[in-house]
Amino acid sequence: MVNEIGATLRAPARTGRPVGARDSRAYTVFTSVNTIGLIAFCGLMLYPFVTVLAQSFSSAGAVKAGLVNIWPVGFNTDTYAAVISNSMFWQNYRNTVVYTVVGTAIAMVLTTTFAYVLSKQHLRGRTVLIGIAIFTMFFNGGLVPNYVLISSLGLKNTMWAVVLPGALSVFNLLVMKSFFENMPRELEEAAQIDGLGWGGIFTRIVLPLSKAVIATMILFYSVAMWNDWFNAFLYLDKKELFPVTLFLRNLIAGASTTATEGAAATGGNSDAIAANIQAVTMILTMIPILCVYPFVQRYFVSGVMLGSVKG
Amino acid sequence: MSQTRAAERPAAVAAPEPGGLPPDPAPPRAPGRLRRRSAVVPWRVALRRDWVLYAMAILPLLFLAVFRYVPMLGNVIAFRRFRPGSSIFGDEWVGFRYVEMFIADPNFWQVFANTAILGGLTLLFTFPLPIVLALLLNEIRVRAFKRTVQSISYLPHFLSIVIVAGMVMQLLSLQGTANQIIEWLGGEPIAFLQRAEWFRVIYVGSEVWQTVGWGTILYLAALTTIDASLYEAARIDGANRLRQTWHVTLPGIRPTMVTLLILNIGTFLNVGFEKVLLLYNPLTYSTADVISTYLYRVGLVANNFSYAAAIGLFQAVIGLVMVLSANLISRRVVGASLW
Repeated sequence: MVNEIGATLRAPARTGRPVGARDSRAYTVFTSVNTIGLIAFCGLMLYPFVTVLAQSFSSAGAVKAGLVNIWPVGFNTDTYAAVISNSMFWQNYRNTVVYTVVGTAIAMVLTTTFAYVLSKQHLRGRTVLIGIAIFTMFFNGGLVPNYVLISSLGLKNTMWAVVLPGALSVFNLLVMKSFFENMPRELEEAAQIDGLGWGGIFTRIVLPLSKAVIATMILFYSVAMWNDWFNAFLYLDKKELFPVTLFLRNLIAGASTTATEGAAATGGNSDAIAANIQAVTMILTMIPILCVYPFVQRYFVSGVMLGSVKG
Repeated sequence: MSQTRAAERPAAVAAPEPGGLPPDPAPPRAPGRLRRRSAVVPWRVALRRDWVLYAMAILPLLFLAVFRYVPMLGNVIAFRRFRPGSSIFGDEWVGFRYVEMFIADPNFWQVFANTAILGGLTLLFTFPLPIVLALLLNEIRVRAFKRTVQSISYLPHFLSIVIVAGMVMQLLSLQGTANQIIEWLGGEPIAFLQRAEWFRVIYVGSEVWQTVGWGTILYLAALTTIDASLYEAARIDGANRLRQTWHVTLPGIRPTMVTLLILNIGTFLNVGFEKVLLLYNPLTYSTADVISTYLYRVGLVANNFSYAAAIGLFQAVIGLVMVLSANLISRRVVGASLW
């Protein structure tokens, strides 16, 4: 793949399927079917979002009667008002923001420094260091030893149990390392001649030139931290420490246990209200992701490609 | 020929070529040797020259040691008695007691079978579908339309698994869209998430929804690198679009396919633990319970840490063996490998 991507960079015009001048009739038919099929595919991909959005604006009665699919029935914003006025929801939402910011900051320090060290080809012991990092991609300690470790470090029921375990992604590390490796070496050599040490080169030359990749990495980490629920689920017992994803999880788990235990015994419309509230909580939890998504999508795509070249 | 092959192989192992290309033995050797000669400086000199770099590596190494390697070593509690609150490496050796315990445990074999079936079904659908989607997208010439389809299909990848589970539950609830359609067709509503026979369909279906778009990225990239003259040559030989796809496009993305297949096979026992945990319930355990959820309940809910660690270690070792052997087989058979 290294050579393939190299080839595109050299001669982009000569690769890929050429646009044929004359298409057979069969191919024209195929193109229309393909286009219609892909439009239908987009509909399927988007449907779950649309239906959750519709439910979030619908009345509880309409949701319970099974009337809501793509358009709100009994339009109201009361559910939003109810969720927003829930103080536990806001506290957990704030926690998610704090965990995301702190976790991303820690991860960025570890990733940029280590990636820079690993990108120095002359460094003695470099292959060993790379091996130490890569081995963790293929073999990990597993659930129980990790749990035992976090407990015995006394991190349970602290923010650190949530932000530390995911603080270094080897995938991101390799992406960043390959970025540093492709930096023109002359810049650093010039700085060296001017008397800068490695630390000065890193902070004054390399980092300012890496704003794009740093921004990409911040996005990678913060999306992962924002979406994480499992570390919190394992290590946090206190409701006031939960991130919003765990708040949502308890909401949907609660709804499903009610449904399991007494599908017949449900007297009131309790689980229909839960469906409304679930929908609103889901929308509010994914809004930040959906807002940044259009801008960050291409960075993620190029990150995947870089990772595949060097991974 | 066979002799040169045999001589090449160790070279390919010694100088790994990442990225799934067939090992290309001749060129990497020379720069490798040169670099090695120039790189051998005594540690004393290296430390004095690069101490800042080594110092920068201390914090990340400390992190890896504590949060990655200590848990790895912590797996010894699979062979030692462990008491919560005492040493994280256990108190005394008990040999293979816990391994024998899970081998004799019928529940373990049940969840093992569930894991293999669920993993196999997932692989069966989530591996080929992105290739199909990429090939279909490749035929689209209106760039804006292609980009829109891509953006929409990547979207589920960015969602938290909790949200995905929430959406699945809403769509499949008694009031949800699936049952609206069933009732419209005149059927009886089904409590999908309470029925064990539906779990695999639900799991694989939602997995496809989440991954099919994102999985096309590498294929679409590989598709743009295929030499256009190959298509021209095929056309001159009288190949229509379908035959061009078969004889030019598919061989062109074969290295990518093999690499991703290896990765998928290696991780196929790591069935989406978090998603199963969110979607299953005691009524669906018979098909939904997988190794990781079972060891979660045995280990962390029922506090049999050593027993669960033994199961986890078994799973990790199988995963490692599978990724290594898939890599070996693909290097022998198709000449493409991960390293």
